[in-house]
Amino acid sequence: MSERAAAGSAITARNLTRRFGKLTAVDHVSLEIPRATIYGFLGPNGSGKSTTIRMLCGLLRPSEGECVVLGHPVPREAEQLRTKIGYMTQRFSLWEDLTVLENLDFMSRIFGLDGTVRTARIAERLQQYRLEDRRGQRAGTLSGGQKQRLALAAATLHEPELLLLDEPTSAVDPQSRRDFWESLFELVDRGTTILVSTHYMDEAERCHRLAILDRGRLVAEGPPRRLMDSIDATVIEIEADDVRGARHALDGQDFVKSVAQLGNRLHALLAKERSDPQGSVRALLAQHRVQGNVEVVHASLEDVFVAATRFDTDDASPVRRASARQGSQAEA
Amino acid sequence: MFRIFAIATKEIRQLRRDRLTAGMIVGLPLLQMVLFGYAINFDVRGVSAAVVDEARTSMSRALVADMQATGTVKVRAYAASVSDLRRRVRSGEVSIGVYIPADFERRRVVGGQPLAQLLVDGSEPTIENIARAFANMPVAGRTGIYHSGQQVFEVRTEYNPEKRTAVQIVPTLIGVILTMTMTMFTAMALVRERERGNLELLITTPASSLELMLGKLLPYVFIGLVQATLVLLLGVLLFDVPVNGSLVAFYLAALLFIAATLTLGLIASTLAETQVQAFQMSVFVLLPSILLSGFVFPFDGMPQAARWIAQLLPLTHFVELVRGIVLRGAGLAELQVPIYKLLAFTAVALTVVTLRFHKRLD
Repeated sequence: MSERAAAGSAITARNLTRRFGKLTAVDHVSLEIPRATIYGFLGPNGSGKSTTIRMLCGLLRPSEGECVVLGHPVPREAEQLRTKIGYMTQRFSLWEDLTVLENLDFMSRIFGLDGTVRTARIAERLQQYRLEDRRGQRAGTLSGGQKQRLALAAATLHEPELLLLDEPTSAVDPQSRRDFWESLFELVDRGTTILVSTHYMDEAERCHRLAILDRGRLVAEGPPRRLMDSIDATVIEIEADDVRGARHALDGQDFVKSVAQLGNRLHALLAKERSDPQGSVRALLAQHRVQGNVEVVHASLEDVFVAATRFDTDDASPVRRASARQGSQAEA
Repeated sequence: MFRIFAIATKEIRQLRRDRLTAGMIVGLPLLQMVLFGYAINFDVRGVSAAVVDEARTSMSRALVADMQATGTVKVRAYAASVSDLRRRVRSGEVSIGVYIPADFERRRVVGGQPLAQLLVDGSEPTIENIARAFANMPVAGRTGIYHSGQQVFEVRTEYNPEKRTAVQIVPTLIGVILTMTMTMFTAMALVRERERGNLELLITTPASSLELMLGKLLPYVFIGLVQATLVLLLGVLLFDVPVNGSLVAFYLAALLFIAATLTLGLIASTLAETQVQAFQMSVFVLLPSILLSGFVFPFDGMPQAARWIAQLLPLTHFVELVRGIVLRGAGLAELQVPIYKLLAFTAVALTVVTLRFHKRLD
């Protein structure tokens, strides 16, 4: 598989659109996902992550646009794709009333694995995902992390070229999430392409490439590092005794795009076009008689996310109140 | 084929673990047998009666003794007068009042008039049926005492004192139980997978729609055959139901019917979003099936519209088949019409299902 891995894209999507009645869940999304990488979909709930994944594996028909997955135009050749992809749904969707072993046995039979291959593969997965001592346990009684390892074991039984993981870690503790990502990197090393959706910043940061989705639209795309470096905003932090006062000072200023409080500090995104944003903030603070230390800091992925998803919204969150009106187009 | 078997195995495993459903598959036929076989029985026994005997002759006492001997009534009290008898019936103390008039002996000798009178609690329909049957009671072995050739007792040959309803009901009960199991349990089993998200995973696998459906239905074919056997066996053991036709014909008819009801369950599962809806839909099928299929009420009394609806219900045709095979000893060749109707139903329903079921979420 690895020799094929380098050749071409695993997924190509052009203007992928899906409407449910009046709602446009996915709005002209174009993607180019290279093989043997972890590609992340980052976005809030309802941003179209699941709908996009479902279209890519042929579960939903696009209203517009086209996609080619592993060389197969979908949904036309969705059936040929079945043996090449592994899909992990948002919710645990194996059978809770079957044991770990029975679930794996069933899924391997469904994927048409023959006797000896099947036995070997199941044993391998049980060992790989530390489920050996749970083999006789009903899946419904497993913990969140164990269920997720089982789901991943089941999704990789047939050694798929492409794994589609829809918010795989939403019901899992931080340690299990770390372990899970280790497993994903092992799979990528063997040439698997992984598409994973998440709303966790730390997970998004682990991806090779990232697409930020907001209300169905692709608002930013690229490797996380580059997204952070090329953020279309100046990120500052203000340390002040009177944090509320400092915040009040920034209120209603057009060049202040977003303010978030972190303990006794304020984290603010300022419009990049503004010359000497640092000085402007200092002046505002002085004007409101607030003592504070203003510093330009490196953008985090969360800043990228905020800049990409919120700058051009009308329904601004209370954090930024009036500051969103004159939004800039967030292009990373 | 390999996958169908895998799905069927999984289904059986799950069914075994779902104690409630597994219990219902066996419990339902048992419960229904007892309900329809014993409780819903037109020849209720031991109905309480009170007697006013104004004649007080050895013959009048013999008549009361004969009535008790049938086991249908049990004399609880002797009332002093007719008004006392009426009071006892009205109060519900007894269900039947027996009035033997003072001129009983004269009526007996002269003939032409009924010998005695039965006061019946008309609020209970089955009791009234019993009493009506009683009016025609044969008093076998007592012909020496009674005047021979008396017209009142003429009906005796027609009278079938016991088990008649059970014999009629048990074979058709197989159809009712199968309708329940096949539509309700299969519809719910399929919808449950959708509700729990299993289906979303299954349809991304190489398993085809046909494999998915057949795999899920296969265990229910066997369950259906087990249920049919169970009900028939109990019918023979408990109610002496005669099996006059061939068992091969019986099982073929059962298989045809199972196929028809399973596809009906499949249709319900493609329409229902939740298990509750699937359940409601199966009730929606079950009620008209019980009422219109000829299971309880005869066709002849139904208005034309009801008969048309009945033709659309698989149970109607199975009732016809099973009564013919089990009770009348008819062969399949003589029952071609209901067989073709069942086959037609299955074919149409299968077409509907394949049009509705696809491996997508939209």
